[in-house]
Amino acid sequence: MHSTLQLIEIGAIILALGLLGAVSNRFSISPIPLYLIAGLAFGTGGIYPLTTSEDFISIGSEIGVILLLFTLGLEYTADELVGTLRTSAPVGLADLVLNAAPGVIVALLLGWGPVAAVAMGGITYVTSSGITAKVMGDLGWLGNRETPAVLSILVFEDLAMAVYLPILTALLAGVGLVSGSITLAIAAATITVILIIALRFGSLVERFVHSPNEEVLLLKVLGLTLLVAGVAQQLQVSAAVGAFLVGIALSGSLAHTAQKLLAPLRDLFAAVFFVFFGLHTDPGDLPPVLLIAAALAIAGIATKMGSGWLAARHAGVTVTGRLRAGAALVPRGEFNIVIAGLAVSAGINPELGPLAAAYVLILAVAGPILARGTEPFAARLRHKRARRNGRVPQTDDDVPLTTPNGALTEPGEPSAPDTSAPDTSDADDESLTGR
Amino acid sequence: MDLERTKLPGIGLQHVMTTARGRQLGVISHRTGRRDLVVYDKEDPDSCIATVALTVEEANAIAELLGTGRVLEHLAELQRQVGGLNTEQLPITPGSPYDGRPLGDTRARTRTSASIVAVVRDKRIIPSPTPDFTFTAGDYVVVVGTTEGTTAVARILTDG
Repeated sequence: MHSTLQLIEIGAIILALGLLGAVSNRFSISPIPLYLIAGLAFGTGGIYPLTTSEDFISIGSEIGVILLLFTLGLEYTADELVGTLRTSAPVGLADLVLNAAPGVIVALLLGWGPVAAVAMGGITYVTSSGITAKVMGDLGWLGNRETPAVLSILVFEDLAMAVYLPILTALLAGVGLVSGSITLAIAAATITVILIIALRFGSLVERFVHSPNEEVLLLKVLGLTLLVAGVAQQLQVSAAVGAFLVGIALSGSLAHTAQKLLAPLRDLFAAVFFVFFGLHTDPGDLPPVLLIAAALAIAGIATKMGSGWLAARHAGVTVTGRLRAGAALVPRGEFNIVIAGLAVSAGINPELGPLAAAYVLILAVAGPILARGTEPFAARLRHKRARRNGRVPQTDDDVPLTTPNGALTEPGEPSAPDTSAPDTSDADDESLTGR
Repeated sequence: MDLERTKLPGIGLQHVMTTARGRQLGVISHRTGRRDLVVYDKEDPDSCIATVALTVEEANAIAELLGTGRVLEHLAELQRQVGGLNTEQLPITPGSPYDGRPLGDTRARTRTSASIVAVVRDKRIIPSPTPDFTFTAGDYVVVVGTTEGTTAVARILTDG
């Protein structure tokens, strides 16, 4: 009977997630906060605690984290990562220092100790690249001049995570200085090896995984990812980072196909992960930390606005774009919960989980709303009428041409053929090759 | 013309062009094959006022319309592929019987089985002109067909 009950529970949970997802779509907000709330409702101290399906939820949540990071890694190519490191390191570092500071300071002020401070720093630092990318797409910001700078920051943060997670895992394991250093050295070596494989021998990995049959490909990719994640965990690197690096090793059309095949699985298990985190947080613990969470959230908005401002200024963008860049970076989401989840399962300060949950709940919702309000606000800043729905049509008729005699010609543009001898070989030369 | 190319990590590539009038247009090439056509604000060149997402087919169709030069490119390509197919650019001279008359009047396809596929007028190319398209002196008519066919069209255009 045990398994029957489990089935009923799992079905009910996933169905509830589906309904919540529908609600989030309806209001075009990220479903992450809703999943967290669902977890809070069905967990310890919630309205209706579900306990039978604990095993499934806990393993599902681990797979969720692995798939989240794997698909994130798929988004990037190894070259992009290296290129971003070269170009945006100063801004990326400024972003790190600015945004990790509030978390670290608060943890130290509360007397949680240095390890919790490192975890809190990570929780306040990372932007949710998923929510940010979606918000920018929804608002039609992808073409904006500051967007490359924003995306570079996201890449930098994800890379920083690949370095940070093993360090955090080592710290949380409470290892001493010597064994800790050894662990970190192993972690660094592992990351280096996987990155070298990705950069130099990516094609080999792809050849191994490649298959014209989608079913075979799905099994190969999923198997490889979970296997590498498990081995990475064994080597103290953290499963998530292993998965991220596998994602980076795959690129090109194979990455597309893998992305397409794994997206549904990722969505399912990632949702389970957020529920799992909520399950382990007692809603009764939220009110005491709410004030701190709100203060951190306000600080988090301010520091991300600072990061965005710096990044956009670095890219030579004016005030509106700088504000937009900052607002786009505000949402926090999956990674912050991943970090908090690691810290909680390592048995760190019991208040950290609820604090992280409240913090992410606030910023995952506030971030997109803030982004929506940016442009009208910026327009008002520029002492213009805030744009309403009816735009002034922007035609070019009132603009004088910059070229002489009004002909928009340029070298290489064909002229009408020579009247003297229109023969076919000339006709070919007349062809307007736009390349 | 100034065309700048920027990488969008995780998304794809972005090309932005500044026109002679100082307006900016962009194309975002997503890795998925999706293309976004982006138009920038006149007042604030950092911001886009419109983003139109296009599928691969739609993007190709727009490219065809904008880059009519592609028509001739295709013709040259066709000529390479198909032996015996001939492309000619024939002038409508000021004395031509078809100066000021519609294309349909030539009945070129019926009489010669060659096709008029485009007209070049003032350095612009008008692809696939319809039968009611009116010629004026100075136009160049792009004809595709066998060598006999295109020669016959040349005769029609000069002698009627």
